[in-house]
Amino acid sequence: MRIEPLTNWLDERLSISTLTKLADKKEVPLHRHSIWYYFGGMTLFLFVVQVTTGILLLLYYRPSAENAFESVQFIITEVKFGWLIRSIHSWSANLMIATLFIHMFSVFFLRAYHKPRELTWVSGVLLLFIVICFGFSGYLLPWNKLAFFATKVGTEIAGVVPVIGHPVLRFLRGGDDVTGATLTRFFGFHVAVLPATATVFLGVHVALVQLHGMHVPKKYEHNYRRMKFFPNFIMRDLIGWILAIGVLAALAAIFPWELGEKADAFAPAPAGIKPEWYFLFMFQTLKWLPAKILGMDGEVLGIMAFNIIAALLFVVPFIDRDPANRRKHLIFNIIGIVAVVYIVVMTIVGYVAK
Amino acid sequence: MIWSAPAERSDDGALDKRMSQPTWKRYGTNSQCLCGSLCLCGELPCDNIHHRDTEITQRHGGFGLIALVVMVLTIATSAAAQQKNSCIDCHAKLDDPRISAPAKLFDKDIHKARGLMCNDCHGGDPNATTAEAAHDVRKGYLGKPKTLDIPAYCGKCHSDANLMKRFNPSLRVDQESEYYTSVHGRLLKEKGETRVATCISCHSVHGIRAPSDPLSSVYPSNVATTCAKCHASADYMKPFGIPTNQFDNYKLSVHAKALYDKQDLSAPTCNDCHGNHGATPPGIASVANVCGQCHARQAELFQTSPHKKAFDDKQLGECITCHGNHAIPKPGDQMIGTQQGALCINCHTAGDKGFVAAGAMRARIDDLIASIDKSTAILNLAERKGMEVSKPKFELKGATDALTHARVLIHSSSTTEVDKVIEPGMDVANKGYQAGVGALAELSFRRKGLAISLLFILFLATLVYLKIRQIEARQQQTDIG
Repeated sequence: MRIEPLTNWLDERLSISTLTKLADKKEVPLHRHSIWYYFGGMTLFLFVVQVTTGILLLLYYRPSAENAFESVQFIITEVKFGWLIRSIHSWSANLMIATLFIHMFSVFFLRAYHKPRELTWVSGVLLLFIVICFGFSGYLLPWNKLAFFATKVGTEIAGVVPVIGHPVLRFLRGGDDVTGATLTRFFGFHVAVLPATATVFLGVHVALVQLHGMHVPKKYEHNYRRMKFFPNFIMRDLIGWILAIGVLAALAAIFPWELGEKADAFAPAPAGIKPEWYFLFMFQTLKWLPAKILGMDGEVLGIMAFNIIAALLFVVPFIDRDPANRRKHLIFNIIGIVAVVYIVVMTIVGYVAK
Repeated sequence: MIWSAPAERSDDGALDKRMSQPTWKRYGTNSQCLCGSLCLCGELPCDNIHHRDTEITQRHGGFGLIALVVMVLTIATSAAAQQKNSCIDCHAKLDDPRISAPAKLFDKDIHKARGLMCNDCHGGDPNATTAEAAHDVRKGYLGKPKTLDIPAYCGKCHSDANLMKRFNPSLRVDQESEYYTSVHGRLLKEKGETRVATCISCHSVHGIRAPSDPLSSVYPSNVATTCAKCHASADYMKPFGIPTNQFDNYKLSVHAKALYDKQDLSAPTCNDCHGNHGATPPGIASVANVCGQCHARQAELFQTSPHKKAFDDKQLGECITCHGNHAIPKPGDQMIGTQQGALCINCHTAGDKGFVAAGAMRARIDDLIASIDKSTAILNLAERKGMEVSKPKFELKGATDALTHARVLIHSSSTTEVDKVIEPGMDVANKGYQAGVGALAELSFRRKGLAISLLFILFLATLVYLKIRQIEARQQQTDIG
């Protein structure tokens, strides 16, 4: 069957040849650190998995305190391959946050945020926070005991911030306590507000990456080879994505994501309650902070510090502007390494701590 | 301390029960008025919204500013004076612990908390400065009551419904009359036996706490110890010729374990079966009614069972013949059946109707237990392997409920009745088992599906890899060319 007439027809209307020419021209630098280029694509792929599985879950999920738990139970016990979809959604969410962290730190250490890529970095940091919000809101949706109390603790932490803390807490919970109203609004955030925001910033982020091309570290600026983006790089990406599907399927089949017990507001909080792993380092830090630091509430100070660090992440490209400044390079590397070590150690400590 | 008294006192200092005027207020034991209206007249009632004697109010109306100034200057000394009570002050300082202890203990007494003082029971004058004046019989001094008089002494207030409802409207007022129906009361009243328990033996004296106070001697978890003070003492009980092992036996019982180990205050202790003020041993005929207060269904079934007539004919205590009385063990399935150790074979012999029924009921119960265990095991296995089986596990509770019901129904001694709940229980247990089998089959399907999927995924990845190599080889040739 000849497809030429069809492609010509589409080209006349959509100017596809412009895109294929662009794709043909687009190249990916090849050097010692090219491996890190794959993590952005992997994160994007896992996001697509999230959207797809999320839409399928929406067919059966019912967002109310009375029905949420039962509907998830129905999905994983009665719906054909519902268990697989739900487990992949949960595992993929966690893997996506992991690849996102790797992607962010690789960009940080390779200093890929220098001019003209400052806004690419800023949109990326925004996407990081959006994804974390996805995780926080999605965790509550099965309405099980662990999620209920983790949300209670999580929103309480937000509530201790001076001045805005209490209004934020009430906004997040839809009242003073975690109730069905909280579940309804978390569902709204998770399936409407966050996906819409993520799509916008993802579009901006990917468009900026295409606009500026892949960054080449200064060290290899005059000494690197090139690989065609299409089909060489994209096909390598494809291998990674196919293998990711395999990993997700294996995790879902061997370690299906637990549902636990239905949330009960009147039941005592389970012992040793912990948040998701990506919040553990902050949770452990807050646990270790003394009650009072210089006469101020230790927990409040800790939360303020994390907020300041989050704000500083946005302005990294505007502080470290000179790619030739070796001294600043060294300081940023040390900060980055300390941050990675801190996150890894505190996450492990938080995981094993009772 | 401000406190409310429900009745005015008469000249002799005792509570005047005829008084039915609205509540008035006073401070400490001093009759001097020191209410918020700054009246220092020392008479009652004063010019206060709570006080209704307008005549006295009018007399005091002219104090005005002078009273205010005097009040401010004397407030400290007055306050100290109002707290004075010569009974407490003197007795607390005495060396003899028999007469100093009451003054010290009384601080925690419920009566004091409700505003009563020494003279409300013992009479006398708490404002007097000498022992003679305080103990003046003309002021109603009664002193220490005799043992024989104690029930009536307490009953003076506690049997008066009008008086008691001012303190606690829900409190019973029949304790005294009930007491005289008890073995204790009858011995006291009819034989003048003063070694029996009276009010103060159980409730203590001068340090009396509300029964709801965990430190009270009649708080549920303290009742048995209180009774055991006398009933576990071989010497004390010798003249009465009754056993003293009840407390030791009770401590071995399922009821004591619930009360002491699980802190279940609804678990029965001495008074729940024997009564409290009307304490008496239940007779053979009434023991089933005693147990039936809590174990109503079992008692009801027993009444309709063939055992009822047999037990009556043989003059056997209904519940206690199988379960014992004070040392009631936790009932178990081993109690029923025809095997060694079963209670049924104490009366039934091989071949009789009861023997056959006991064996059949035990077999049915064992079948259901085995079925539940089998289902639980397979569901737990599926759960450990990551399968979601919370729903069938929850539904399996229906079988456990049926088992509990069957264990109750054995009191009917009817195999047919037991079967009526065993059969549905078996169905539920079998469904649970099938759910477990299904979950494991699903797990096996998933594992196989995963293996096939992974093979396909690896094959696909290899294909893409080979395609890349092919493309790049072609590109290299083009570059060289």
